[in-house]
Amino acid sequence: MTPTPEEVAELVRQGIPGAEVDVRLFSGHDHFEMEVVSAAFTGKSRIAQHQMVYATLGDKMKEAIHALALKTSIPKE
Amino acid sequence: MSETVLQQIDQVVKGNDIVLFMKGTPDFPQCGFSQRVAGILSSYDIPFAAVNILLDENVRQGIKDYSDWPTIPQLYVKGEFIGGCDIVTEMQENGELAELLAPLKKEA
Repeated sequence: MTPTPEEVAELVRQGIPGAEVDVRLFSGHDHFEMEVVSAAFTGKSRIAQHQMVYATLGDKMKEAIHALALKTSIPKE
Repeated sequence: MSETVLQQIDQVVKGNDIVLFMKGTPDFPQCGFSQRVAGILSSYDIPFAAVNILLDENVRQGIKDYSDWPTIPQLYVKGEFIGGCDIVTEMQENGELAELLAPLKKEA
């Protein structure tokens, strides 16, 4: 089963508490576009930031989500 | 995962300035994301090595273990993992990629 955007967002919020998460579908029903803003990314490389997000999705990333366009950033003061 | 595959991948990554692990080839990409990154790289007019991961199931899985990164394509520059389609696209837009690749451009 492909998770809904809201389910995906909820997984990330659980995994990275306090993160601002915005998930949208694009093209079809299993391609996601996600933006994650979190202070937890501070001082981490972009790769490490993306890996943190992938880690929150666990097996769902591997099975259901063929393509996830991801953008991470640190909240602006 | 056998050590040998990871060692082979390591040799390719370290033995080439720019390596793109992709689905298909730069001329015949078999996935839109691979196509986009190959296209971006080609636009800099710098030769790069491309590995078609669809040709070998061991490499297809091995590269994900090697980088601890779940998706293809994957770009490596000077032995360092740079990122996948999202990161490469972002780096192209903000000029970081041009900066990164400029020293690798051979003088004509």
